[in-house]
Amino acid sequence: MKTVSSLLDKDWHERYRRISTLNIRSSIYDVTNRCNLRCKGCFFFSSGEHQAAEEEMDIKKWEDFIDREKERGVNLAILIGGEPTLCMDRVEAFYKRLPTYCATNGLIKVPREKFPDMMVGISLWGGGEDEKILRGRDTFAISSKNYEGDAYTYYLFTLTPRQVGKIEPVIKRIADVGLKVHLQLLSNDERVDGFSWREGELKDLRQEMDEMLDHYPQTVISCKYYHEVITTGKMMGRDFGWNECPSVTESLDHRTNRPRRLIHFSRWASDLKTVHRCCTSATRDCSTCKDGAAHMSWVMVNKREHMKSAKDLQNWIEVYEMFAKLYHFIPW
Amino acid sequence: MPVNHDIEGIIRHVAEIIIDELKLEEVTADTFNPDMDLVDELGIDSMDLATIALVLQDEYRIAIDEDDYPRLKTIRLIAEYIEEKIATKN
Repeated sequence: MKTVSSLLDKDWHERYRRISTLNIRSSIYDVTNRCNLRCKGCFFFSSGEHQAAEEEMDIKKWEDFIDREKERGVNLAILIGGEPTLCMDRVEAFYKRLPTYCATNGLIKVPREKFPDMMVGISLWGGGEDEKILRGRDTFAISSKNYEGDAYTYYLFTLTPRQVGKIEPVIKRIADVGLKVHLQLLSNDERVDGFSWREGELKDLRQEMDEMLDHYPQTVISCKYYHEVITTGKMMGRDFGWNECPSVTESLDHRTNRPRRLIHFSRWASDLKTVHRCCTSATRDCSTCKDGAAHMSWVMVNKREHMKSAKDLQNWIEVYEMFAKLYHFIPW
Repeated sequence: MPVNHDIEGIIRHVAEIIIDELKLEEVTADTFNPDMDLVDELGIDSMDLATIALVLQDEYRIAIDEDDYPRLKTIRLIAEYIEEKIATKN
């Protein structure tokens, strides 16, 4: 029988041990329906999710809700929106109760005196030119000033077809301001003109992602197996899609094939009652979804599938470590 | 419900359930080391444990609290836990 110790040497086994008992139970929360940007390709607005529920305005109700979430076993709150920093009191309510990650466009600085070690992920959609096309302004110029050198902040760089061959200058800018970066991909069904992946581009992109990891290992928080899975949509010979996705809200998950999934995962709308289908838009075609967290989780919930060989298990460990770093469960 | 409620009988049955639920190959209930760490060595995760717990609950008609999962590290510890639950029930 293949066991962990029969597959791994001492160092890898130690890395395995460090993460194998973390038991991360995440859920995602739309903190607000409002945003201070309107980005082309943002699923929240492109799919009308900002109108799916009326925002709860009573902070006490947020606090009670978060307490219930904690009782439900959630140990990682992933805050998205809208723009969470527009409602700092709600962010604070989460942070005081749960390990919290806040996704933001970085235009408003999270006050570190209130949130000393909250992990912050700043969205970035490319170099200055693409940022202006997609978001109306070069947000990096502002966000990099707000967060320069911050030990608990990284950029969440959404790669688009227009960035193939042009990633390095962006990574370098990030390295120069002393921040980290994680790479994810724009999904085609956001249907932004000129920003849809075509045959062959993802192969080139994977190679470029690998090169960035090799050249900037202190800056890029990633691993090559993740690059493989996210660009091919394949893992251990299986195709990503509705029948495989682990990030489906538990109460809405009626799939009969019972795929391996995130336990107790939900994505809540800002009325604190409505749940969304999954971690991204319900209008998205699951077979072409490029959601980075969903693909990472897909690997993570399939640990035993990766016990076929030492290399497979090492790949699994690297993806898990990446996730654990991005959400502050282990240090960089 | 399984007839044999002595600790060795429970150990054997838990091993059979784990082998069946996780579709383990190259191991039988006879060769399964009851002291092997299921997370650290076998690589099971909380979803595996939840699946196994569901079967055990049905088989032994006991309730297994999710908060108790961290205790259930080996087949022997699971068997002792079941034995304890059965004793409390009776």
